[in-house]
Amino acid sequence: MKQLTSVIATGLALSLSLSAQAGTLEDVQKRGNVSCGVSTGLAGFSQKDENGVWSGLDVDVCRAVAAAVLGDASKVQYKPLTAKERFTALQSGEIDILSRNTTWTHTRDTSLGLNFAGVNYYDGQGFMVSKALGVKSALELDGAAVCIQAGTTTELNLADYFRANGLTYNAITFDTSDQTRAGFESGRCDVLTSDQSQLYALRIGLSDPSSAIVLPEVISKEPLGPVVSQGDDAWFNIVRWSLMAMVEAEFLGIDSASADKAKAEGNPSQKRLMGSEGDSGAKMGIPAEWGYNIVKQVGNYAESFERNVGAGSPLKIARGLNAQWNEGGLMYSSPVR
Amino acid sequence: MSEKPQVKSSPSFFNNPRNRSLIYQFLLLAGLVYFFYGIITNTLANMEARGIKSGYDFLFTTAGFDILMSLIPYDATYSYGRTFIVGLLNTILVSTIGIVLATIVGFLMGVAHFSKNWLIRKLAVAYIETFRNIPLLLQIFFWYFAVLATLPSARQSLSIGEAIFLNVRGLYLPGLIAESGAGFVYTAIGLAFTAIFFLARWARKRQNDTGQQFPVFLTSLGILFGLPLIALLLSGIPFVWDFPALKGFNFRGGITVIPELMALALALTVYTGAFIAEAVRAGVQAVPHGQTEAARSLGLKESRIMKLIIVPQAMRVIVPLLNSEYQSLVKNSTLATAIGYPDLFTVFVGTTLNQTGQAIEIVFMTMAVYFVINMTISFVMNRFNASVELAERN
Repeated sequence: MKQLTSVIATGLALSLSLSAQAGTLEDVQKRGNVSCGVSTGLAGFSQKDENGVWSGLDVDVCRAVAAAVLGDASKVQYKPLTAKERFTALQSGEIDILSRNTTWTHTRDTSLGLNFAGVNYYDGQGFMVSKALGVKSALELDGAAVCIQAGTTTELNLADYFRANGLTYNAITFDTSDQTRAGFESGRCDVLTSDQSQLYALRIGLSDPSSAIVLPEVISKEPLGPVVSQGDDAWFNIVRWSLMAMVEAEFLGIDSASADKAKAEGNPSQKRLMGSEGDSGAKMGIPAEWGYNIVKQVGNYAESFERNVGAGSPLKIARGLNAQWNEGGLMYSSPVR
Repeated sequence: MSEKPQVKSSPSFFNNPRNRSLIYQFLLLAGLVYFFYGIITNTLANMEARGIKSGYDFLFTTAGFDILMSLIPYDATYSYGRTFIVGLLNTILVSTIGIVLATIVGFLMGVAHFSKNWLIRKLAVAYIETFRNIPLLLQIFFWYFAVLATLPSARQSLSIGEAIFLNVRGLYLPGLIAESGAGFVYTAIGLAFTAIFFLARWARKRQNDTGQQFPVFLTSLGILFGLPLIALLLSGIPFVWDFPALKGFNFRGGITVIPELMALALALTVYTGAFIAEAVRAGVQAVPHGQTEAARSLGLKESRIMKLIIVPQAMRVIVPLLNSEYQSLVKNSTLATAIGYPDLFTVFVGTTLNQTGQAIEIVFMTMAVYFVINMTISFVMNRFNASVELAERN
């Protein structure tokens, strides 16, 4: 009879347990690190070096949040996730932030219990083909076999594009982006399609990168950004403004080298971002120097971009859409005041 | 069961052991039901609180993605419900191919283990020990990347008589397109099978009654090929060949066997075949040697000893083992996701789950499917087992 009571008690306890969603900030402060979902390895965005240190444009978002909340950019616990696992990991509270080249779409924003905190890279879907095929445009790809990663928006865009243009194709769907590259290299498919940034990253991984070319067509809009769970607005604000601080720092001309100077003797806007004026940190419940910590330890958006995917990296991607708004791009931060 | 002893004096309702056990069982059941009810309602409430959509409405919305291989008409305009069926059929296809081929390979290798020929015997041992001890996922990668990827490109295909082509994109076979009058031939094939079934029954009955034997196998072969052939000639051959031909990037026309299917079926066959071979070996070794000696002393031929004495007894050991091997094969087919074969797991738990984000519903549906498939296998194999079991007197 005793066991029976315990069974009923367990059932009662479970059915009474309530959603423990709010309070991510407190959890992070108590735990002393930010749990961040990243990719299983994508050059320039989130990759692990031989010493086990993560780096990349997406990783820098996690580091910026850790710097803002805990004052130390290294206090991040990384959870590598496949495209399939990512949303479940966030919904179940296993991670605090998902920063994993994830496209902001209507369905994801409205029906998965998630919120996109901003955009850290404006991307678009493209095609990579073997040079030997002699193809110059995606419209010549009728009947081609296309390698693609499962569970991504690219699968849908591909179907739309070929259907809209009256072309046929065979989709060969792999689990990870490394497998799509292996499929492409072995000749299983003529074309590899993915977000353009990834195509450049995958091309570097080919045994002969010059044997493949990226076609000029961009067939979709892919705004990539960090994601948090719905229902915790305080945490949402912190992630959104950590990202904005990096963009704003670039706009205000502050980088990791000049952060100290801007904090001590900068103009009012610079001082507000660096936390030596105003109470922007207190309003979010985090240290006053949150902006200074981000810029000092992670760098501004331009530094992060050039270091990970731009001129300072093997990918050599131009700023393009990701330049500041006053330089022809889309990167725009609301003012910190 | 022996008769229950009748207890005359029943003390009280609660002290009756029968009533008492019923009450306990009822309480336990009620507790379990409440436990699961609690989990389900709690999950739904939490999902609602977090703004996560639930329910099965997504099954009727447009999928919008394509699938590499489908046994039924499918394109991106069909619904998510259709992707479920497409994936399910692909899973059933690869599982069926795997089960049939693994059984053949397994029985051949299991019997080869007892061969008097040294080379054949050692080959069987080498096969079993090699493939049983390598993880299946590695074997799938091996067949897919190491073996199939070394095939030539579409333009340098290996071909047999410009009708069958093999390249890295798959195996291209000529297809048959049925014209009017084909129904006549299908009917003839159906008739042939029915005739063989009744012939076999009649022959068995006659042998049981009179001891006379009838050449069932040869006659069946004659019926199976003769009847459709006559129908084919009478109806003026209502089929045309559809040969694959290179157009643009790929071959079109005919039947395409994609390399993912070949690699997965091959890996499942070779891996499970090794286990079945061991099951067969165990079954044959479980038959005491005295049975063989007794059969010989009765003057039976070696082939008839195998067929009439050894195999029926060995089956009693083999069949239950086969059951679990078949079930493992079906479950192992989910490894298809590693090489992109569009089985239920890849299509439904992969792409569909990601596009809709409804993890709980989709995972639940998929678990239910594998459960039902394996229960079906179990049911069939248990029936088969009952037919080979020792007939006991009860």
